[in-house]
Amino acid sequence: MTTPIQTPSPAARKHGRLVVRPRQRAAPTLATPHAEDGHAPDNRDPYDLLIIGAGPAGLAAARGAAAAGARVALIESHHIGGNCLHEGCIPSKTIIRSAQLLAEMRNAPNYGVETPDEVKVDFAALMARMRRVRDRILRVDSPARLRAEGIELHSGRARFVSADAVDVDGIRLRFKKALIATGSRPLLPDIEGLAAAGFLTNETVFELTRLPPSLLVIGGGPLGCELAQAFARIGSRTLICHSEPLFLPKEERDAAQMVSDALARDGVEIHLNCKVVAVRLEGGRKHVTMVTDGDPSTTFVDEILTGIGRLPAVQGLDLEKAGVAYDVETGIRVDDFLRTRNPRIFAAGDVCLEHAFTNTAEASARIVVRNALYRGRQRMSGLTVPWCTYTDPQVAHVGLYVRQARAQGIPIKTYTVPMHDVVRAITDGEEEGFVKIHVREGTDRILGATIVGRCAGEMINNISLAMVAGLGLCRLAQVIHAYPTQGEGVRQAAQACALSLAPRVPMTSKENP
Amino acid sequence: MRIRAERPAASVDKPLSPADEAMLDGLQRAAFDYFVQHGSRSNGLVADTSRPGSHASIAVVGFALSAYPVGVERGWMTRAEALQRSLAVLRFFRDSDQSGTPESTGHKGFYFHFLHMDSGQRAWRCEVSLIDTALLLAGMLTAAAYFTAATGEEAELRALADTLYQRVDWCWAQPAGAAVVHGWKPGSGFLNYGWEGYSEALLLYALGLGSPTHALNDASFPAWTGTYQWENLYGIDFLYAGPLFIHQFSHAWIDFRGIRDCFMREKRCDYFENSRRATYVQREYAIRNPRRFVGYDEDGWGLSAGDGPSAPRQRVAGRRQSFFGYAARGVPYGPDDGTISGPSVLSSLVFAPELVLPALRRMLARGAAPDDGVVRASGYNDTVRVGTPVGRAAQGKRAAGWVSEGSFGLDQGMIVLMVENFRSGLLWRLLRGSVPIRAGLHRAGFRGGWLAEHAPR
Repeated sequence: MTTPIQTPSPAARKHGRLVVRPRQRAAPTLATPHAEDGHAPDNRDPYDLLIIGAGPAGLAAARGAAAAGARVALIESHHIGGNCLHEGCIPSKTIIRSAQLLAEMRNAPNYGVETPDEVKVDFAALMARMRRVRDRILRVDSPARLRAEGIELHSGRARFVSADAVDVDGIRLRFKKALIATGSRPLLPDIEGLAAAGFLTNETVFELTRLPPSLLVIGGGPLGCELAQAFARIGSRTLICHSEPLFLPKEERDAAQMVSDALARDGVEIHLNCKVVAVRLEGGRKHVTMVTDGDPSTTFVDEILTGIGRLPAVQGLDLEKAGVAYDVETGIRVDDFLRTRNPRIFAAGDVCLEHAFTNTAEASARIVVRNALYRGRQRMSGLTVPWCTYTDPQVAHVGLYVRQARAQGIPIKTYTVPMHDVVRAITDGEEEGFVKIHVREGTDRILGATIVGRCAGEMINNISLAMVAGLGLCRLAQVIHAYPTQGEGVRQAAQACALSLAPRVPMTSKENP
Repeated sequence: MRIRAERPAASVDKPLSPADEAMLDGLQRAAFDYFVQHGSRSNGLVADTSRPGSHASIAVVGFALSAYPVGVERGWMTRAEALQRSLAVLRFFRDSDQSGTPESTGHKGFYFHFLHMDSGQRAWRCEVSLIDTALLLAGMLTAAAYFTAATGEEAELRALADTLYQRVDWCWAQPAGAAVVHGWKPGSGFLNYGWEGYSEALLLYALGLGSPTHALNDASFPAWTGTYQWENLYGIDFLYAGPLFIHQFSHAWIDFRGIRDCFMREKRCDYFENSRRATYVQREYAIRNPRRFVGYDEDGWGLSAGDGPSAPRQRVAGRRQSFFGYAARGVPYGPDDGTISGPSVLSSLVFAPELVLPALRRMLARGAAPDDGVVRASGYNDTVRVGTPVGRAAQGKRAAGWVSEGSFGLDQGMIVLMVENFRSGLLWRLLRGSVPIRAGLHRAGFRGGWLAEHAPR
């Protein structure tokens, strides 16, 4: 069979010469290895790009490289889609949606809408919906579809055996370039008796078949806060224990305080500056001892959810044999081009990045494809990455925080619009929150923004777009927004900036005879 | 609204009407009487609140020490009595147990937040408090600056204040390097809080940096101001902090008019002007009244730390509203349960009399008869109705709004000091001459204004 010359993609033409060998896009044949059958491939030739991990980063890189004509191997030991799809964003957001609906129904009389005295929850149906949603999204990344895109799938654990080869369950695969995208794993706290008493993690909580009457969430990061609020709304007596004075330690304190207030409103029992020090089973329930500022207290719960912090998944890869440097807590060490100490090997996503977000993982994977296959010089630090915590209200952020700007010696000013000044937020009865946009003092150059509100995750994209496009905040003031929308809050902040920077209007002759 | 940084303070530009003078005098005198009524003549400690069984608060002692000179100058207390009360408490602290055990009075020169009125030992399971110690020390330095006569007792007082200030080990409160902790507890150690964002800790840093013995290091103040947020809110540029008291406490002692640190030079503002703007922000919030509370408007404002109703949730403007009891209320993000702090309004007098005087008149006119108790009470809330009007006279009247019982020493202290600063500037004048204050401000990078006339020794 002849191998037709493949036309380089538009991206390849634009960004430089593709350094992979042209090849035919593989059809999903029996000769193509895939995760299910583990069929041994012909691996005498090295892959252009070998990817370990089929989560968001691995999939994005595999698709990008395969579309450009590279010969791509994608190795996955668990299931395709990664943590986000199976145990993270997707299942949590479907449950959050149900919980939000419940909260709205309970609040309906405030809007003049009568509801039954008791709003019942069918937990089994709620979880079934979650699984349906997950399966639907999973179809996008089905093995058949990936194979159709020209990606060779390998099922098994990958271990480096040299600087340019891995072993996958006894099969040696060589590569010209490799990407480590193994993601992260739950960080389990070291608590006396916890293992014996049993606990849930983000990998098991979505497999619950009945609603726990009571639930203790250990850790007040994004997922902890989201799930604590969701389970409280669904009907569990929910406690959250966090070792810091405020939830969401990376976010600015007003935002974190609003999340704390929201959780309290939903009935979550909040324990800040608090550590769980011991757990034991007693009468089939979990007896928990907590310490707050030196003062101990105890409670009983039915379930404990923990492991919602994350650690990079670097074990079992034999990274030393490939000359890849790493740290068990911070992950694989990469430079700004996402290259490891071995110039053939790159990393992307949770395994090497501070921000363990799906969008960041995918964006970093695209950088790797560019830098590994096109000899690109795209920098990770050049990305503008927004993120959002999907509590109600949501907390969304992009760019620098004030403290980061000040630490860098950048004079910074914040234009703040409380949501109670945004017409659509008032009509919606969703006045909790704010838009804060940070600019360099004396200019309209946007440095970052934090939005707290019911639609914060949608609203932050407007500011991300402006930052990536290099638009000043005053320019956003000129953009007519659909009225009335909560997004108007962004325009109002921009308007305040424009007013602040506008030159004083000279007095007219009438005022100044 | 656009408020210019250059606008001068309106504090004494316009003479007050006799009625307003009388109003302020009455409020200040009533507040001063708190310290006479609730201070111990034997050890000088002062109760935290007027409620029965209240423990002493070291911060309230600091306010008492600062209020006594005001009382002497106003003719409300003899100099001899003021001196005796001040000496008693300074001697008590000199002799107090500094071992840091759960039953002691303090540790490393700092003191537990609350003390038993009689024994002076730690009350409850409270913490060694840095900010409350700073408020106490500010009072000690005020007394030392006022009692300057060449008598044996006044000399003893000055020496005691010097000793107690110099024995504070500020470095100990920086376990992680630059950041200063909030407090410490026997057994569990330092509290897991740091000073983040603008706050009343401005006074703490000035005192900690000014120490000739165990001063905070040079990195401390920049580390703290690095967490400041300069915001444009409701069209007003200011250094953001939600509750009013944050914008007031340090100003009870330090005259921030015209002196600027690095941050304020960058913003072409000063902390006094900033507090004026914060007062305007408070009023803007009340005018908007997003949670639709009763009594909020252009003359009904003032969210700060203080007592509030602990009533069960009730419907307010269609939603279920919680009530927070004692809390640090602030704008624009709350917590807000409809409680206004009268003392915090009065304490803004130096910054924005044009806003405060109408608000005070409104508060005094609240209800059937003028009642200065509402102004001096820790908080009042007209959204929460308590009691039921009875009798023929009550027909057609609504139940009365909630008012905090008794009074709190911190509130009364702020009223005495801030009204005095408005009337005469006495506290500011006294502390301008205080070597630790001047040295601390200089080390924090403050320059200009009266500091230029008083170079540190």
